[in-house]
Amino acid sequence: MSPSVVSASWLPATVATAAGGEEGFVTPGVSSFWWPIIPLDGEGPWTITRPAIVLLISVALLAWFYVGATRKLTVVPSKNQFLVEGSYNFVRNTIGRDIIGSKDFLQFVPLLLTLFTLILVNNLFGIVPFIQFPTMSRVGIPIVLTLIVYITYHTVAIRRKHGVLPYFKSLIPPGLPGWLKPILFVLEFLTYFIIRPLTLALRLFGNMLAGHLMLLVFILGGEYLLLHGGNIFLQFSGVLAFAFSIAMTFFELLIEFLQAFIFTLLAALYISDAVSEHH
Amino acid sequence: MYIASLAAAGETTGFPSGFPLLPHPAEMVIGLIAFGILYWLYKTKVVPRLEELYEERAAAIEGGMQQAEQAQAEAREALEKYTAQLAEARAESNELRESAREQGAQIVAEMRAQAQAEAARITESAKRQVEAERQQAVVQLRQEVGALSTALASKIVGESLEDEVRQKGIVDRFLSELEAGDITPEKVTPAGQDV
Repeated sequence: MSPSVVSASWLPATVATAAGGEEGFVTPGVSSFWWPIIPLDGEGPWTITRPAIVLLISVALLAWFYVGATRKLTVVPSKNQFLVEGSYNFVRNTIGRDIIGSKDFLQFVPLLLTLFTLILVNNLFGIVPFIQFPTMSRVGIPIVLTLIVYITYHTVAIRRKHGVLPYFKSLIPPGLPGWLKPILFVLEFLTYFIIRPLTLALRLFGNMLAGHLMLLVFILGGEYLLLHGGNIFLQFSGVLAFAFSIAMTFFELLIEFLQAFIFTLLAALYISDAVSEHH
Repeated sequence: MYIASLAAAGETTGFPSGFPLLPHPAEMVIGLIAFGILYWLYKTKVVPRLEELYEERAAAIEGGMQQAEQAQAEAREALEKYTAQLAEARAESNELRESAREQGAQIVAEMRAQAQAEAARITESAKRQVEAERQQAVVQLRQEVGALSTALASKIVGESLEDEVRQKGIVDRFLSELEAGDITPEKVTPAGQDV
């Protein structure tokens, strides 16, 4: 299931198809992320894909870890509990309390913790051997998470501002001249209803897709050069590409954590905007 | 298997080639389910348990702080007590030392007085003894001088003045005149020369 396995099954196939032509290497693209496991309807919309399976595995892992570790909590923490508390503290205090404010943050902690742990584990799966698939590189999953955040912060805002119209009114900052109000309203409306969800979903998706694609290019390209490179120079380039892919993997590790953090942080920021009396 | 089919039918309208970037419905549904399960678990189990732990810990820390405060107060009290006791003991010892010094001085003074008295007494008795001895010596001397002078005079005069009463009267008179300074020594000239 690792990229090396991908290439092993992939390259001969592509080579076989391109047997007539001169070109043997097919660069990995977006189609490399299409990976049906249980083809319920072939290539249709209801086929169970690999990211879906990975996502379910991550949920099982997280549930096992968090529910299991919190079953017997002690005032003086054990090793597992320390990890649980560390991650929980990070989401609860650094993201939740510091951004939403100590008055309202507690009700959003489960949401933020779910977002953070789910995204983090799925991102890390991008470089975990044998899983090696960043779930968030399939755009549907970040969209779902963004939708949840989107619905949450609008619902909270409408409830806090007592209705849809007051909510729209609150989008315009007070103390503006009359002619500026419509322009600003349009801008704010676009920000709150279109730009924020769009950027939230696409940032996560794009980072994960691009990062993994880059790893694929270096690993598959390196392998192709090493195995099919005509001369020693090309083969050496393949080794170089492998080395670079290892460096990129560490870089990916940073990106994966950062993206999980940013997504959760922005979700908290949008919610804090919604709970504040005037924005 | 799939790749092969993809390669064989390059123009399929399936998800990878037809809509490579479109959100895949099955993935979205599973994503929603995954999120739902995790959210439910966190909300009903993980977060309440951890929050409970936090409260417990805060209570424990608060209790510990109270206990520490109490212990500190107790320690302060004990310290004050000990300091007071120490000061008391020091004052007492000072007093004792002072009184001992006074007593010592008194004893020394007493001893000195006693010794002085004793010395005075000894001196006095010695003086008295010396006086007595002197008196005795004077008496004896007087007798001897009397006897000698009498003897001398009798030899000179050639006449024995043996008569004790007379002798004694003359000598005594002479000596007392001598003591009173009535008689001044005079030059004795030989009888024959002057006449």
